[in-house]
Amino acid sequence: MLKVENFSVSFSYNSSQLSKKQVSAITSLDIEVKAGEIMAVVGQSGAGKSLLAHAILGILPRNAHTAGKIYFKGRSLTAQRIKKIRGKEIALIPQSINYLNPLLKVGTQVARAARLSGLKNRDEAKQAAHSALARYLLDDSVAKYYPFQLSGGMARRILTATATVGMADLLLADEPTNGLDALAAEEALGHLRELADTGKAVLLITHDIESVLKITDRVSVFYDGITLEVANTSDFTGKLCLRHPYTTALWAALPTNSFTSPPSQATTPSNGKTGGCPYHLHCAKHGPDCADELPRMQELRDGLVRCHNA
Amino acid sequence: MFVQLYRIHLNRRSRTLVTVISCLALFAAVFLGAWLYGENGEITNLQLRKLPPSWEQPFGTDWLGRDMFARTLKGLRISLMIGLSAATASAIIALILGLAAATLGKAVDTAVTWLIDVAIATPHLILLILIAFACGGGAKGVIIAVAASHWPVLTRIIRAEVLQLRSSAFIHLSAKLGRGPLWIAWHHMLPHLLPQFVIGLLLMFPHAILHAAALTFLGFGMSPHTPAIGVLLAESMRYLSMGLWWLAVAPGLTLIISVQAFDILGNSLRVLLDPKTCRE
Amino acid sequence: MPQSLFLKFLLQKSIKLLVLLGAVALLSFFLVSRSPIDPIDAYVGAAILKISPEQREVIADRWGLDKPPAERFFCWAGRLVRGDFGISTIYNEPVLSVIGKRFITSFWLMLLAWSFSGVLGFLLGIAAGAQEESLLDRVIRLYAFTMASTPTFWVGMVLLTIFSIELDWTPICCAWPPGMSAEETCFWQRLHHLLLPALTLSLIGVAQITLHTRGKMIEAMNSEYVIFARAQGDSTLGIVFRHAVRNAALPAITLQFASLGELFGGAVLAEQVFSYPGLGKTTVEAGIRGDVPLLLGIVIFSAIFVFFGNTLADIIYKYIDPRMRRMAGT
Repeated sequence: MLKVENFSVSFSYNSSQLSKKQVSAITSLDIEVKAGEIMAVVGQSGAGKSLLAHAILGILPRNAHTAGKIYFKGRSLTAQRIKKIRGKEIALIPQSINYLNPLLKVGTQVARAARLSGLKNRDEAKQAAHSALARYLLDDSVAKYYPFQLSGGMARRILTATATVGMADLLLADEPTNGLDALAAEEALGHLRELADTGKAVLLITHDIESVLKITDRVSVFYDGITLEVANTSDFTGKLCLRHPYTTALWAALPTNSFTSPPSQATTPSNGKTGGCPYHLHCAKHGPDCADELPRMQELRDGLVRCHNA
Repeated sequence: MFVQLYRIHLNRRSRTLVTVISCLALFAAVFLGAWLYGENGEITNLQLRKLPPSWEQPFGTDWLGRDMFARTLKGLRISLMIGLSAATASAIIALILGLAAATLGKAVDTAVTWLIDVAIATPHLILLILIAFACGGGAKGVIIAVAASHWPVLTRIIRAEVLQLRSSAFIHLSAKLGRGPLWIAWHHMLPHLLPQFVIGLLLMFPHAILHAAALTFLGFGMSPHTPAIGVLLAESMRYLSMGLWWLAVAPGLTLIISVQAFDILGNSLRVLLDPKTCRE
Repeated sequence: MPQSLFLKFLLQKSIKLLVLLGAVALLSFFLVSRSPIDPIDAYVGAAILKISPEQREVIADRWGLDKPPAERFFCWAGRLVRGDFGISTIYNEPVLSVIGKRFITSFWLMLLAWSFSGVLGFLLGIAAGAQEESLLDRVIRLYAFTMASTPTFWVGMVLLTIFSIELDWTPICCAWPPGMSAEETCFWQRLHHLLLPALTLSLIGVAQITLHTRGKMIEAMNSEYVIFARAQGDSTLGIVFRHAVRNAALPAITLQFASLGELFGGAVLAEQVFSYPGLGKTTVEAGIRGDVPLLLGIVIFSAIFVFFGNTLADIIYKYIDPRMRRMAGT
């Protein structure tokens, strides 16, 4: 349903020498999400993956520049097209209630999302909002709350409701387990799995690789602005069939696994300047050409990887 | 080549610098002009009375034949001096009170905060009138009135800034690393406070100048020896109905331009120095 | 909103007002007693050469001027608390009655200017903030910025010159036609005389609220909930009216109420230019001619006026914003 090829996002800013500079947030991103599938984009905080959702929806700030291709349902997703279909065919589940208007009741906001998704009739929209809330086991009285009155779990359900009140085929979930305890997180992720099972495509952006593995189909590993690997969920279980050294290190760093020290994230964006693999300085399998040449994306064992030495 | 040079530096930062320099140049021009030409405004010439603006007298002449341009320049210089000295005095009071409130303990803080509340309890102009009255009027009264009533806002800002600094992590760290309070004050707090203070002072000028002009207009600073803009305007009221509009319009416009220049100067410096916006 | 909590709020505010008034009274009395202007000279005015020292003593005695300042203060304060603000030396009437009459005249002027500048300022602020850096925004910003540097009395003089003198559309002075009395003039004549002073105040007053509203609008337009609204497919117009305006309205209204002090100050200047017989002009006269009881009375009154405005702003801020309501203990 969604295909992102060699996508990059950079921002321009005024440097201290009276000139404009550019900093690259995403250097090369490749993603594919099919209907009924949950694809997770996993990476450390600050790797630039949260921008992906905004980039797809065309709501990046003014000083952002993008390059690369995005295809939705087979056709190119131009700026014009996304303006028409956002909220209708592609919906965002935002990170937190900061993305809701603090002065409006949540019920009103969900109904508004319904109207924006295509239900022109006010009563129909209200009905849709009502059923969306009911679907997530929220009482009618919750509709009268203001965002600040919601508990963590309720907030998560409301945010999901705003995206599912319409008929969107692609859902972008931005950090769905942010700030939730284990139980609430599991519940939130469960909702996403249900949605995928009804035929929707879900793109899940997160840093919490451990929890999301329970519901995802495929995982895309992101490091310092570049997609390093696209693996299947099954690769993470049992026999451990991971391809990229970074993914292996990331997996090993989890407390439930060997809890070894994680590789340190580059503190400044590399700006694509180094030209080589961004991970080469910390890599266990580092070879002679890793510093100079960025590896191409190759197929390996039913997945994709960008490594000279996989 | 000049065009190329200008295009390269067309970003906001350099434009702001140009603005700052232009404003300063304007003030220099006013003071220089008043010094060179101001006294001409005292010469009365009964044959040239009540003349509208022309090439010889760009601002026209008044009912005694005096050149309004010269009078305006002198008046502007006087108004600016009154406003600047009063604002500076006020800013110093604000600095002392703000620092005291933030560093000398809860009692002093409560006292200062309460003092601020009392100072802003009445409309500003009423307080000005009261103080000017208490000082017996005259230019002295106007300066004291303006100086004694403009400190509240800046005091609050300085107090807030110092309180925030005192509780900030890097100050605590510095103290734990063994730096004495004076060292911390000089090396850490001053760089934060100084820009705020200077900008606050600059932005106080417009208010001070306007309020001083208002007071003199109302009659509290009246004296033929200090023909500030407010006095010029008050006198011109009598002749408005005779159609001598230039007596009011010209001095007023020059006052507005000068005041605006200070405003622009203050805001430009703020954009340049505020770490949040200096990168735009 | 529980009654008891609101009453508690009102009680706290009342106490604060009394304490504040006490301080203001003390401060103003102190200032006034330091004035080199001899109240007797100011009172007697032109007849100063004619009165004898004995007559002066009689006046001094009647006004209690020979007593020490502290005693005079408590005497005055005591009378104040009982509602006796003294007698105005200029008008020879009780101060309260002078203030009352003049305030009503000023009230209509201030109300007209306040409403007009509030509404217009809000609309201009929305238009400017909705599309930052657009031509409309730049023009509006230029206007507001310029007005902020312009003396109120000068604007009044310019308007007077253009509309009353050159065009002869509006009267040159006063609240009603000279020669007639207040009771004789009809509503439309009053309005006619109100126009220019109100316009003067409005032109300046608009500036502050426009800039403030614009700032809040821009803040709202750059907020996360607007980003999300865009992601949901809302149009810019929809966002402006559904989100930004709503979020900018509350701060704007709060500011309007908190700016009553500025309004009063502006009225003083506007009334002077147009010789409008309101409380503002009276204040100036009291100051120039040394009418101490009247001046003190006006200071106290204006402090109450400003406090009233600030309290209303506080109420709006605390009880209408749903987030604050929760903190206030609903």
